[in-house]
Amino acid sequence: MATELARTDVVVIGLGAVGGVAVLPLVNAGLNVIGLEAGGWMSGRDFAPDEVRNNLRDWPQAVPKAKNEIPTSRANINFEAVQGGGHPMMNGVGGTSLHYWAQSWRLNPWDFKTVSMTTERYGAHRIPQDSTIEDWPISYEDLEPFYDRVEYALGVSGNAGNINGSRQPNGNPFEGPRSRAYPMPGLRSSGFTDMMSEAARQLGWQPFQGPAAINSEVYGDRPGCFYHGFCDRGGCHVSAKSSTAVTTIPEALKSGLLKVVTHARVLRIVNDADGRATGVEYLSGNQVMFQPADAVLLASHTYENTRLLLLSKSREFPEGLANNSGQVGEHYLSHHQGAPVIALFPKDLNNWYGLPAQGVAIDEWADDNFDHSDLDFIGGGNLWVHTDRKPISAAKMSTFDQVPNWGPKWKAFISENADRTNGSYIQKTTLPYRGNKLDLDPLVKDKLGFPVIRITAEHRQNELRIAAFTQDKMEEWYRAAGAVQIVRAGLGSAMGASTHAYGGTRMGDNPATNVTDRFGFAHEVKNLGVLGASVMGTSGARNPTLTAQALAWRTAQHLADNWDTITR
Amino acid sequence: MNNKNKSGAEETAGGAATSLSRRNLLKGVGLTGAALMTAGSSSVVAQTAATAQAAPARIRVTEAFETLTAAESAALDAMASRILPSDDGTPGAHEARAVHYIDRALMSALAASREQYAAGLAALDAHAMEVGGSPFYMLPTSDQDAIIDAITRSAIPSYPALNAGFFNTVRTHTIDGTFSDPYYGGNRDFVGWDMIGYPGVRAISTPEEIRQGRDLAPSRQSAYDMPTHTKDPVDSTSQTGGAAHGH
Repeated sequence: MATELARTDVVVIGLGAVGGVAVLPLVNAGLNVIGLEAGGWMSGRDFAPDEVRNNLRDWPQAVPKAKNEIPTSRANINFEAVQGGGHPMMNGVGGTSLHYWAQSWRLNPWDFKTVSMTTERYGAHRIPQDSTIEDWPISYEDLEPFYDRVEYALGVSGNAGNINGSRQPNGNPFEGPRSRAYPMPGLRSSGFTDMMSEAARQLGWQPFQGPAAINSEVYGDRPGCFYHGFCDRGGCHVSAKSSTAVTTIPEALKSGLLKVVTHARVLRIVNDADGRATGVEYLSGNQVMFQPADAVLLASHTYENTRLLLLSKSREFPEGLANNSGQVGEHYLSHHQGAPVIALFPKDLNNWYGLPAQGVAIDEWADDNFDHSDLDFIGGGNLWVHTDRKPISAAKMSTFDQVPNWGPKWKAFISENADRTNGSYIQKTTLPYRGNKLDLDPLVKDKLGFPVIRITAEHRQNELRIAAFTQDKMEEWYRAAGAVQIVRAGLGSAMGASTHAYGGTRMGDNPATNVTDRFGFAHEVKNLGVLGASVMGTSGARNPTLTAQALAWRTAQHLADNWDTITR
Repeated sequence: MNNKNKSGAEETAGGAATSLSRRNLLKGVGLTGAALMTAGSSSVVAQTAATAQAAPARIRVTEAFETLTAAESAALDAMASRILPSDDGTPGAHEARAVHYIDRALMSALAASREQYAAGLAALDAHAMEVGGSPFYMLPTSDQDAIIDAITRSAIPSYPALNAGFFNTVRTHTIDGTFSDPYYGGNRDFVGWDMIGYPGVRAISTPEEIRQGRDLAPSRQSAYDMPTHTKDPVDSTSQTGGAAHGH
């Protein structure tokens, strides 16, 4: 039997990018919080500038729990799902916010109301027939105060484009109105991004430095970025990256109300006969513990959020917690971030140092920022180029069909061109579709014997058309900057396991099509909140983390503000 | 096993050169002692090249490693040396000791590839014996290139292990070993980073430094030479000039 621990107010499952944010408004409201984290603490000393460890060996992600729970995936039900690659999740206090690129975007207002705004501008027939998309239950304006709080609590660098409706010169001209400027100016530009910005302006576009949860200057007790170039899948050696491990979690710990329990591997969420969550069962070493709580916040990654609900079966919820509607795992999508364009320039770009978030963006072809009347898709893509190069990946550059990929000619080619290539990062509007979903794999299990998540999902015509369209724009941009050769990747097909994974516990007013309500609490389990991109019904054309964090703050604040009605 | 001492001996450039020279002198193959003493120093690349041209027999790594057998390491080094050759007079995969990287990785992070190497390298030598009468590493480089070209096309039907997948594995790991942090046993004396003009890891990069591109003076250090990340058990406050030893 499980060892029953002393009751607490709130138990948070996962102290990563979202759980690590939610603990702050909870303790600020005077609630006692226990944070269960599968990994441990890491520090700057753990984050050496080491491409082998970060980029070849998936460290620090490759700790035992996540590594044993890699999802299986397949494009559709005609295939057998196979397990492979690494896991986009990780375990550790701070979670993925330790090693992510830290691009910290707000979604565009259109992303919240895609159905109604598309219908209004172009007609309802423009919504793809096989999509299960709904308007979000909340608007950009509802989330704006929480975006603001997170940007200031973490420390986000960026140049505002729109403050209370007033256009700002150096920011994104298409962003929704923000109530104030970013707490820090944008990260510095580089010779390469300056060159790309100039080319964009020649095309009549409006380039801007993208926002990042990385200090561009001293913020609180943390320094500005050192620009040494190992941000991609690496933690920050000087804590300039605003992970929750160095911001909101230590801030919450100061209250004395947060207890962090590391190396706690959660097995299931327990419920009572009234269908309320009573606490969480977890494994600590070989001991099964039961942590009772008045409210439970599920804050792991999209895959694990869905998996834990599906594994938490009971008499009241025979198909998994909060899943009597059958909606857990539905409306899944992984972000279409692939299909890059790769350019070769006739001169060195001096990109050896820098970071993926130190880039320049073009939003002219994202969201509904351009007229789609004569196009055969909705949405678009954010074009992004950045300054970041490391030696192993540089040597693996495209040969642009100029030379074989081995031997003396190849050696001469990479010696000459290793610093002359650049690959774009184009994030595209991605929609949920019938047939795309997460469930438990019928065969593949983790080392404890629990099934892993199975992804059944593929991109559809809307995503592939955006990919083709934005590749044209990206090539135009590179050519304007002087690129002499271009290659394009394929347009995409299966949606594999991704860091940008959405849905599975979608948020919406209709309990028949959504797991969580407009505040992120389960329709079927009123004291169970779900945090993370698993509540998001659309991706937008930009990184999800800041939006997931703003939603997490909002859910936690809602719990604190409505404690009696939610927990009694 | 005392891993520290073992890897320390492997990674110390001077020590490795000394032991290699002794071995190779004993075997009567490889470079002259004078060339060996200068090997790895970028200022003497031309001299090394001249020596290499005068005496085509190069250093052959033939000792048993952590997991690779003597024959496997010789075959793999020869194959890696054709993927990233040094016959243009500048260091390649051999000089970077990419095979040392692969050998060590096969005991840990790349353990899943061990069987593929065993099957592929055995087939490589067997095929070389059939078509050329000697193990792969002893064939003329033109014959080696012809065999590798056939492997990339999966065009050696009598040895199915010699396929494009095997080539891609060896190519990928040869690159990894040539351009990795020297801590992992390859990129000896930073020859890989020099090849592509990477000025090396550093804790901070100023705009002025970044502007210099490949003209920036190389940092010549491993990530683990940095006092903040050293894996040396010695108190970091007593560490000076770790970079000189080329971890």
